[in-house]
Amino acid sequence: MKVILQSLTKEFPSRNKRSKDVVVAVNDFTFEIPDGKLVGLLGPSGCGKSTTLNLISGLEKPTRGRVLFGDEDVTDYPPQDRGVGLVFQNYALYPHMTVFQNIIFPLQNLKGKDKLTKQQMAEKAEEAAKLVQISELMERKPSELSGGQQQRVAIARALVKRPRILLLDEPLSNLDARLRLQTREELRRIQRETGITTVFVTHDQEEAMSISDMIVVMKEGVLQQIGKPQEVYDDPVNLFVAKFLGTPPINVFNASIRDGGLYIGDERVLNVGAADSESITVGIRPEGFIPNKDGALTLQLTAVEVMGRDTSVVSVHPECVGANVRSIISADSRIANDAHKVRFDLKPEKVFMFDKQTEKRVRVDLKPIGR
Amino acid sequence: MKVNKAWLYLLPAALFLIFFMVYPLLDVLVYSVEEGYNSASQTFMGIGGYNYSYVLHDPYFMQAVSNTFILVIITVPVSTGLALLISMALNSIKKLRELFQTIYFLPYVTNTLAVGLVFMILFKKTAYTDGMVNALISIFGGGAVDFIDGPYWAKMFVLCFYTVWVVLPFKILILTSALASVNQDYYRAAKVDGASGWRVFSRITLPMISPMIFYLIITGFIGAFKAYSDAVALFGTNLNAAGMNTIVGYVYDMIYGDSGGFPSYASAAAIILFVIVLTITVINLLISRKQIHY
Repeated sequence: MKVILQSLTKEFPSRNKRSKDVVVAVNDFTFEIPDGKLVGLLGPSGCGKSTTLNLISGLEKPTRGRVLFGDEDVTDYPPQDRGVGLVFQNYALYPHMTVFQNIIFPLQNLKGKDKLTKQQMAEKAEEAAKLVQISELMERKPSELSGGQQQRVAIARALVKRPRILLLDEPLSNLDARLRLQTREELRRIQRETGITTVFVTHDQEEAMSISDMIVVMKEGVLQQIGKPQEVYDDPVNLFVAKFLGTPPINVFNASIRDGGLYIGDERVLNVGAADSESITVGIRPEGFIPNKDGALTLQLTAVEVMGRDTSVVSVHPECVGANVRSIISADSRIANDAHKVRFDLKPEKVFMFDKQTEKRVRVDLKPIGR
Repeated sequence: MKVNKAWLYLLPAALFLIFFMVYPLLDVLVYSVEEGYNSASQTFMGIGGYNYSYVLHDPYFMQAVSNTFILVIITVPVSTGLALLISMALNSIKKLRELFQTIYFLPYVTNTLAVGLVFMILFKKTAYTDGMVNALISIFGGGAVDFIDGPYWAKMFVLCFYTVWVVLPFKILILTSALASVNQDYYRAAKVDGASGWRVFSRITLPMISPMIFYLIITGFIGAFKAYSDAVALFGTNLNAAGMNTIVGYVYDMIYGDSGGFPSYASAAAIILFVIVLTITVINLLISRKQIHY
C-alpha cells in the first residue's frame, strides 16, 4: 500500500498559554512512500518525525493536508480504521498479559463479520510469533523478556492484524549496540517477508541508511530531501543534509572562488567552473582526501588513529568550521605520526559547495587541479 | 557484629512497640479469658470462655455485628466504585480539574463530628422542620421519613451515606494518582488496535491500577469494621438504644458506657472483631494475589 502525504501540516498550541503562537511540528509535507518499501524518517530530535508517524497512524489529526493510503483518503479515519500497525518506542506491551494475550489483543477487538474464533486467533498469533521468532515465549510476561524479545513481541502484535502499513517509532533506540545491529537486519527481513509498506522513525542516520529503501530527511518540521540512502549521501541538497548523513561527519570549510579555482585559505584545491565568490562553504567527506606529499590542501596534523582496515587522520585548519578535520584514508598510505603537516589532494565527487547564507547546494563542475 | 548493631538501632522502636502495642494486645487476650474480672480489686474468679459466650449471646452485640457487616458490605464497594468513577472523570477533564479535586478532597480535612452535625441538620426531623432531605423528597411527592430517629433502614441509609461521603476523598486521591501514572502509550496502543472504551477500561486501566484498588478495598474493610465515631456523630452516644451500635461502639460501651464496667466482655468483643478483620484481610490478600500479576 502506497502512502501519500499531501501538504500535511500539524500545528500545536504554544506551551506558553498567553502566547497565541503555534508550534509547527510538521510543515507542508508532500511526498509519496512507494508500495512495499522500507522508509526511514530521519532527523534530529524535535524535527517532527514522530509527529509525522502519528499523523500517518491517525493518533494525531493534521491541521491541514491529506493522508492517502493508495487511492483511499484516510485523513478523517480514526486509527483503528486505517489498518495500521504501530510499534512504540517503549513497545507499550501490556505488562499484566502474557506474550500470547498481548499478540491476540488486536484480534479480540475485531467486531461483526471480522470476528474470529479462538482457534483462528491462536493460529494468527502463532503465525506472527513465528515470523518474529518468539514462538517459544508465548506464555511469558513482558517483564520476563529481554529488550530485544519485547520488541519482537511488539512487532508481532502490530503485524497480527495484517496491517496495510507498519509504523515503527525509534525501533532500535532502546536496544544495546550489538542487539541494534542484529535487530535492524531482522527488521529488514521481516519487512521483506511480509512485503508490508513500513515507515520507521530514527535520529540515527547510520540506522536509517543501512536498512532503508528510501530515507526522508527532516529538519524543524520541514522536509529536506527524499531519496535512496546512497543518492542522498552522494548528492545532498543542502548543508544540513550533508552534515547529518555520514560518520564521521563531513568536514566543512570556509572557501572562496577566484579565477576559476576553489580556494581554501590561500591554497587552490580544485578547479571550478563558476564566477568569483567570497561566500562559499565547502563540505568534504572524510573519504574525499587522497594523501599526497605534494597535495593541494595543507593541514596541521593532530593525530593519526589506526583502525586496522583504514586510518583516520585528525588535523586542524584555520578555515575549518568544526573543531578539527577528520579524513579516512587507506591503511596502506602511511602517515608519520610525528609529522607536523599533512597534505592531501581532494576527490571532486566528494566535495560539495554550498551558499554561505542559504546553505543551499551550489552545483558546479569541480575538477582536480592539473599539475 | 553487623547483625547486633542492627538490633541495637531497632531497639527504641521495638521497645516502644512492645510496651504500647504487644503488651496491651496480649493483655486484652488475657482479660478476655478471665471470668468475673474486677478492675477495682484486680481479681478474677477463673479462666474460661464465659466472656465470649456472654458476648455472643448478647442481643446488643449481635445487633452491633449485623450493623457493622451491613455497613462494610454496602460502603466498601459503593465508595470504591464511586471513587473510581469520579477519578476517571477527573482524569478525563482538563479545565477546572484542580478545583474539582479540591472540592472532592474537602470532606477529608473536615472534622467528623462537625460533619455529623451538618448531616443531622440535613436529615433530622424535628417539631419545626422535616429537614432538607425530606423537603427534597416531598418535592418529588414522597412522604417525610425520620432518618435519625425513624425506621432502621432509614438510619442505616444515613450511616452508609455518611460513611461513603467521609471515605471518598482519600480513595479519589489515591485513584486519580494511580490513573495518572498509567503510561499513555498503553492507551495509544489500544486505540491503534481498535479496542472499545469498555475493553480499554476492563483489560488495561483496571489491571494497571488493580494494586491500588486492592489496597483501598483492604483498608476500606478494616476502616469500616472499626466504624464508631460516624455513628456517634449521627445518632448520639446511646447507640444501643438507637439500634445503631457498631462492634467498636459495643466495646466502648462495655468499658465506659452506661452499662460499662465490664472490661472482660469488652476484651472478648475486641478479640472477636480482631479475628473477623484478620480473616477478611487474609481472604482479601489471597484473592488479590491471584488477581494482581505483576
